[in-house]
Amino acid sequence: MATEQTAEVGRRNVLEGGGTRASRDGRGSEKLATALGWFSIGLGMTEIVAPRTLAKVIGIPERPLLTRLMGLREVAAGVGILKRPRQAGWLWARVGGDILDLAALGAATGSRRSKSERVAAAAAAVAGVTAIDVLCARQLSTGGRPVSLGATVAINRPVEECYRFWHDIENLPRFLTHLKSVRIAGERQSHWIARAPGGRTFSWSAEVTDDAPNQRIAWRSLEGADIPNSGWVEFEPIRRGKGTIVRVSMRYEPPLRAGGPLLTAVLGPDPGMQVRKDLLRLKQLLETGEIATTEGQPAGRPSGATWLDRLART
Amino acid sequence: MKANCWYGTHDVRVETVPDPGILNPRDAIVKITSTAICGSDLHLYDGYIPTMQAGDILGHEFMGEVVEVGPGVKNLKVGERVVVPFPISCGQCFFCEQGMSSLCENSNPNALLAEKLWGHSPCGIFGYSHLLGGYAGGQAQYARVPFADVGPIPVPDGLDDEKVLFLSDIFPTGYMAAEACDIKPGDVIAVWGCGPVGQFAIKSAFLLGAERVIAIDRFPERLALARQHSGAETLNYEKADVRDALLEITGGRGPDACIEAVGMESHSPGVLGAYDKLKQLLMLQTGRPAPLRQAILACRNGGIVSVPGVYGGFLDKMPFGSIMNRSITIKTGQTHVHRYLKPLLQYILDGKIDPSFVITHRMRLQDAPEGFRKFRNKEDGCVKVVLKPN
Repeated sequence: MATEQTAEVGRRNVLEGGGTRASRDGRGSEKLATALGWFSIGLGMTEIVAPRTLAKVIGIPERPLLTRLMGLREVAAGVGILKRPRQAGWLWARVGGDILDLAALGAATGSRRSKSERVAAAAAAVAGVTAIDVLCARQLSTGGRPVSLGATVAINRPVEECYRFWHDIENLPRFLTHLKSVRIAGERQSHWIARAPGGRTFSWSAEVTDDAPNQRIAWRSLEGADIPNSGWVEFEPIRRGKGTIVRVSMRYEPPLRAGGPLLTAVLGPDPGMQVRKDLLRLKQLLETGEIATTEGQPAGRPSGATWLDRLART
Repeated sequence: MKANCWYGTHDVRVETVPDPGILNPRDAIVKITSTAICGSDLHLYDGYIPTMQAGDILGHEFMGEVVEVGPGVKNLKVGERVVVPFPISCGQCFFCEQGMSSLCENSNPNALLAEKLWGHSPCGIFGYSHLLGGYAGGQAQYARVPFADVGPIPVPDGLDDEKVLFLSDIFPTGYMAAEACDIKPGDVIAVWGCGPVGQFAIKSAFLLGAERVIAIDRFPERLALARQHSGAETLNYEKADVRDALLEITGGRGPDACIEAVGMESHSPGVLGAYDKLKQLLMLQTGRPAPLRQAILACRNGGIVSVPGVYGGFLDKMPFGSIMNRSITIKTGQTHVHRYLKPLLQYILDGKIDPSFVITHRMRLQDAPEGFRKFRNKEDGCVKVVLKPN
């Protein structure tokens, strides 16, 4: 079962001491994007610094200004990719650049000053890179990559109390801020409404797939969800004292039509951090009965809380 | 209401802002009768603490009268006179239950910011940057006090504000620094910095049984206060070689414990001082730790270096080899004020200490900018400024 597998993955991450609270499948494409980003910067710098040498190596006529401009484009794309290795935009820009490069090489073959074997070799290399760029951009932009995320928190309340609070799933929107509401809709079924930017919402029905009192609750969305998802929460008593370690794992499987962007919009740019923020709110609710805030306090500016507070909290 | 707001380095202004209201069930609103400028406020004033935002209301040493309580506050009554501890603490988390209130896990809503810088977050603190919660402070006519059922301590009507105000921070802070020294009869304690916290550390070291306390500073009026009020022996580091003097006093062994009550903006003469200042300007380190280095190197083998001085980030050239090879213990932390409130109030009631001895300036809230300037520049013998907002 998918949830079981996720559970195992979560455990393994912890044991290996990787410190990753959120693991995101499709790390491969992110790594590939990063490599392409650095490649882009390297090639671009070469084009800027040594356009003539490069022309000789490739066997085309020297056109330093054009080569330098292409170098700038490469560097820009590289920096763009490195800044957002999870997003496809700059990778598609690279694909466009690759096509320009190929066109330039094609034009150069017409020139008598070109060395045709060298140009052909260069064109083959560019075509190879283009294929990798397309592959990587597609992987990043088509969605469909499942996203697994999780977090852990220690709560200074007994296991029974933590379990009971979560088990009453209508409590969830009190600390899972991306949820608007969760309504019980039957013995094991519930209806969830989540917020999306721009005041939009989307919803799904879910069922409880596992419920071991004071230990574990697992759930899974039913057929027809915009973003099929599943998750589990586990409660482990802390041996010393009365506390509980709460571990949460969630897995989203965006279908192609919804795509990564919707998921990103809903979960925010750093979904693992989002879950951790949610769990800190759960901890505050269970331990203190309220969620610490400064929203609405006075200040010598229009609002009591600032963008920095919102960044840290939501 | 009027409140003293931070707008940038050396730019604080008293502005009219909205009155605070109850935001959470365990909140209370306090009408402030006395509030003070803390030495650590100067780090904000000088722009060394990150995540300050223009318009932040400053102040974390305040007291006053409860004027409103939320539905979750059962132990405080409207009209009661209270002193408010500077750390905000829930009373129910792992750390609060162990008396480590400045490590409260629930009071900093911006804990994730602090985790990025420090690995984990301490508690939220009034008026002390968004890293520590972004809470409006108490240099104002009113303040909202979260977890008011846990923090504020009621004080008897007969006691002047000035006698109990410093329970909010500097008295417990100096006391905790001295307590950390694990003082035994006959011990010699050296204290770097004779500002308000240093003065309370000196006094507390004697209260806890120190034989001799050596106080180190460069301002004659502060050294005189340490001598006259608490009976310390004093060293002016601009006139004497501190290390030589401490070794002379202790037969070459060094003080049993050293208290560093200076913090990140220390002044130090000579090349090393200039070097630290330059590195701080270039953001290559976030503090100038000359006295801390000196305290570590002076401390006797197996001794304790206690650091109530405030640091924000990263320090350069810490003699960790000296700490390791000579079995030095470093003790530090934001003060767990809550656990000292009752015992220290008792000291005051018993007449063993009158904390008002550090006050040199009394001003209206409107004069806060002038108070900051005088305190920062140590003009006019300024040691401690108390503001009257109402």
